[in-house]
Amino acid sequence: MSYKLQFAELLPYWNVLLYGLAFTIVLTVVSTVAGIAVGTAGAAARTFGPGWLGRVVAVYVELIRNTPFIVQLFFIFFGLPALGLKLSETTAAFLAMVINLGAYSTEIIRAGIEAVPKGHIEAGLSLAMSKWEVLRHVVLNQAFRKIYPALSSQIIIVMLGSAVVSQISAEDLTYAANFVASRNFRNFEVYLLAALAYLLLALLTRSLLRALGRVIFKAR
Amino acid sequence: MSLVSIRDVRKSFGTNEVLKGVSLDIAKGDVVAIIGRSGSGKSTLLRCINGLETYQSGSIVADGIEVAGAATNLRELRRHVGMVFQQFNLFPHLTAAENVMLAPTVVNKVSKAEARATAAEVLAKVGLSEKMDAYPSELSGGQQQRVAIARSLAMRPKVLLCDEITSALDPELVNEVLRVVEQLAREGMTLILVTHEMRFARDVGTKLVFMHHGKVHEEGVPKEVFAAPRTPELQQFVGQVG
Amino acid sequence: MLQFSFWDILSNLLIATQWTIVLSLIAFFCGGIVGLILLFMRTSKIAALEWFTKIYIEFFQGTPLLMQLFLFFFGIALFGFEVSPWAAATLALTFWTSAFLTEIWRGCVEAIPKGQWEASSSLALSYIEQMRYVILPQASRIAVAPTVGFSVQVIKGTALASIIGFVELTKAGTMLNNATFRPFLVYSLVALIYFCLCFPLSWWAKKIEGRLNVAR
Repeated sequence: MSYKLQFAELLPYWNVLLYGLAFTIVLTVVSTVAGIAVGTAGAAARTFGPGWLGRVVAVYVELIRNTPFIVQLFFIFFGLPALGLKLSETTAAFLAMVINLGAYSTEIIRAGIEAVPKGHIEAGLSLAMSKWEVLRHVVLNQAFRKIYPALSSQIIIVMLGSAVVSQISAEDLTYAANFVASRNFRNFEVYLLAALAYLLLALLTRSLLRALGRVIFKAR
Repeated sequence: MSLVSIRDVRKSFGTNEVLKGVSLDIAKGDVVAIIGRSGSGKSTLLRCINGLETYQSGSIVADGIEVAGAATNLRELRRHVGMVFQQFNLFPHLTAAENVMLAPTVVNKVSKAEARATAAEVLAKVGLSEKMDAYPSELSGGQQQRVAIARSLAMRPKVLLCDEITSALDPELVNEVLRVVEQLAREGMTLILVTHEMRFARDVGTKLVFMHHGKVHEEGVPKEVFAAPRTPELQQFVGQVG
Repeated sequence: MLQFSFWDILSNLLIATQWTIVLSLIAFFCGGIVGLILLFMRTSKIAALEWFTKIYIEFFQGTPLLMQLFLFFFGIALFGFEVSPWAAATLALTFWTSAFLTEIWRGCVEAIPKGQWEASSSLALSYIEQMRYVILPQASRIAVAPTVGFSVQVIKGTALASIIGFVELTKAGTMLNNATFRPFLVYSLVALIYFCLCFPLSWWAKKIEGRLNVAR
């Protein structure tokens, strides 16, 4: 092969790439927290809520899980303004991520809730706790402990999927890579670097979540 | 006036009628032992008393509250009607003390310190003072069940429902649990027990109820009933298990 | 300016959907073949092969599919080949799919009791024969549900091929939106078509999974 990789030509753009990396990290952290909050509410509604609400949540979950993220993003960013809801690139990116992770985590957390033995719920009720108190104090802790690995993988999948937000010009790592490539035409080098940055981020997120899990769910 | 009054209660699961008109009166301080084959409806009856199961007709009044009333606050009822389960159902993510403290702090809004003091008291009563900070997985079955009893006692119930609480235990662990229940009985706690422990029913019970095919088939003072069962079904049952 | 009716939009989208389906099928089947080879390597107990597959899987599961598309698109060009979006998309999706399928299938292979390995090796079967006659027939039974479930991810993954210029459903949506300025309608239809492709598969996967759980 005659081509020589020239990574040195990326150096002048280190701050652009770093900004993109920071954007991707913030985007992931915020949408993880908000997405899990949405997922918890959704799972609670599906298992402990009234039937009609459960069905509404089920439709939301299936719609999101059975359409590509990029289409959801385009729908929010390009489609919603037609209804008078104009969002900035950044807001649309955050919103799409939260809605997406919210649906997946609803399904994951629901499975965790359903795995909690029915007897524990009955014991809670017999102690005069309300349904919601039982959910909060008895069910959720056990459910999260059970589904924590699945939720962790989903967070990483969503983080990697966030590369797509570059397509509406939200300034994430991929957007930065596109920008650099358009300036110095070192496409392969910059995308390889970005890919490795994502890989590192994924590995880091995984070990961080693992450590966090050990702290939250102390040995019992 | 009776503490728990059950009048002609009927309950079906689908087409299968498990309670076919059960009536029973339980006074304060009674220790009622409900015996019978599996499928005779005894556990279902117990679960109807604190509203874990609904019933289709009849009435159950516990501590002056109609269980199935349209406006009944089950939460209020359950503050006075405790329940202990066959499978213990301790909350695995909480220590023994935290299991006991949970309902007082959440339901009765008692302070943590006060709840901890109550936990210490009731755990001492069941002989587990040293195990306050142990997790359920670190306890034997007998110890777990005693924590479960303590957990109910912390709510100061007027009546305690016990659903085959020794059936899931290894034989050598049964007695430590029964001793706790016996002590409660001596202190005047009203108890309704679904049990297979015939000797315990005879020695500790003040009232024996034999259920058969969803009905109260025979009832009376345990020693008398056991000494002279009137119906052939009970004779046969006592012969098999006794 | 050209006027597009609702039916024009829909029929154009449906024509493009064919390419989404073709790309999905190719990625799924080629990815399945590569995945099967990787599976043999991953469970071979030969350290070098296992390490290679581990790194392969780590890379394709740990980087965005979009980056992989870019890398194939621009990487192959470095070797002096003319790269069509079609070739880049097919290759990237195949490798990406194979990494996930290998991991899914490895889980199924590992779910087979160790005694099956011991019994078959004591019958003097070679590793390949053990896999072929004893392990895979059992593992494939439990692999059906997650494999069907993953096919939904493949279909959704093909949407990213639009970014490197491959004209499939999502790209057609973007083009129609630029021509009609009716983003709400266009992207609703695009989403609906994806849903019609994916939901039956999701539903089927869940059904098989439920049946297996009952059977065990």
